[in-house]
Amino acid sequence: MVEMELLFKISVLVLTLLPTAALLVWLERRLLGFWQERYGPNRVGPFGILQSLADLIKILFKHDWIPPFADKPLFVLAPLIGALAVMMSFVVVPLSPGWMISDSHIGLLFFLAMTSLAVYAVLLAGWSSNNKYALLGGMRAAAQTICYEVFMGIALLGVVILAGSFRLSDIVEAQQEWWFVIPQFVGFAIFMIAGIAESHRLPFDLPEAETELTGGFHTEYSGIKFALFFLGEYLGIMLISMMTTTLFLGGWLGPWLPPLVWFLLKTFVLICFFILLRASLPRPRYDQLLAFGWKWMLPLALVNLLVTAALKLSGGT
Amino acid sequence: MIVQGLFYTAALVALLASLLVVTSKHAVHAILYLVVSLLALSLCFYLLGAPFAAALQIIVYAGAILVLFVFAVMLFNISQEDVRREDQWLDWKAWVGPTLLVLLLLAEWVLFIELAANPSGSEVVLVDARAVGARLFGPYLLAVEIASFLLLAGLVGGYHLAKKLPEESQ
Repeated sequence: MVEMELLFKISVLVLTLLPTAALLVWLERRLLGFWQERYGPNRVGPFGILQSLADLIKILFKHDWIPPFADKPLFVLAPLIGALAVMMSFVVVPLSPGWMISDSHIGLLFFLAMTSLAVYAVLLAGWSSNNKYALLGGMRAAAQTICYEVFMGIALLGVVILAGSFRLSDIVEAQQEWWFVIPQFVGFAIFMIAGIAESHRLPFDLPEAETELTGGFHTEYSGIKFALFFLGEYLGIMLISMMTTTLFLGGWLGPWLPPLVWFLLKTFVLICFFILLRASLPRPRYDQLLAFGWKWMLPLALVNLLVTAALKLSGGT
Repeated sequence: MIVQGLFYTAALVALLASLLVVTSKHAVHAILYLVVSLLALSLCFYLLGAPFAAALQIIVYAGAILVLFVFAVMLFNISQEDVRREDQWLDWKAWVGPTLLVLLLLAEWVLFIELAANPSGSEVVLVDARAVGARLFGPYLLAVEIASFLLLAGLVGGYHLAKKLPEESQ
């Protein structure tokens, strides 16, 4: 039964992803503590590893409050869209040769489509809260996404040209000789920057910039709905790390160890890199962020695409 | 059979959502129905065997509607008063003209299908990225070029409008 196997894989994936996202919150707080020479949460369980569980229990018992001035249906829908759109993207990620839920021939496009839907969560949350800080956060998210999504797609086209396919398993197989991070280093850097912006992580977390917007788009959210936003954010980090691994770091390829272990190792290193970025970089001003996107990243991505296409046509690489 | 059921459900959702786009009193809600309508259309494309077009439909239009959303919030300054005014505009008399025109179109369409009587069958041909690209740069090259001119004109216009004027002319 193919269907039963598929259902089994999907449930295993979901049951692994959710606790891992919760564990990531703890990992991030511990690593930040380590880099900033303090302890971080270390009380609940060994090394504080159960901190997220304690937080979850607390958040579940909180009053699920909807502000009376909010646009109620949208207010409830927004966190669901965010978490679901990111979860859907995991469908196309090839973890190892034997572990793919959908090896679709438009896998890469599906990923891009889902990331472009995920921003509606932030936008709708900001708008439906009917609160000026939330609205500012939502508008920032919209402008930031329009800008960074464009060159994220263009940067990925370099990889597509080299691999000759949108199918993610084909892209991994095409990296047998060398990982795409070498011939496509510019594309790799641009994709990483755009990925951080898409998942609204520091230094590009302007939609929630707590120092100026109190909490940005989730100012009015609390309890389980807030937890869903949080879940979406951490799943987003995992997704971007997994996609970077698949597209640029050779996916499951590697000597000695089994493919799945290689994939998870590379993803883990990237996640730690994401957290290190948060610990070390300050937030840019909003107009600087947009100017950087349109004036530097976009032309750079276009030049990268042009050069890659020219080399491919002339028979090089 | 399941595929057909899915297709007609998606088509129905697209139709209803499109109707709601027109009849919503609230600009932002109308935009959201537009998103739903386009997503349903994308599913239709997929089921008709054009996965590439389906993915592009989401990527391109979802982004485009984001821009629309920003403009709606920026320009309309939505308030309860707007909703009331919109309510007055959606009087039944306003519907007479459009309804007649649409019925005319529908009649023409039914007639056309009857006359053509083309049993196009239901076999699905997969249209992948390569096929779309070959068509765009083959038979439809002129249309692509015209569209790119249009976009360029929009770009130049936008640049001109947003440009900072020299000090003395202000």
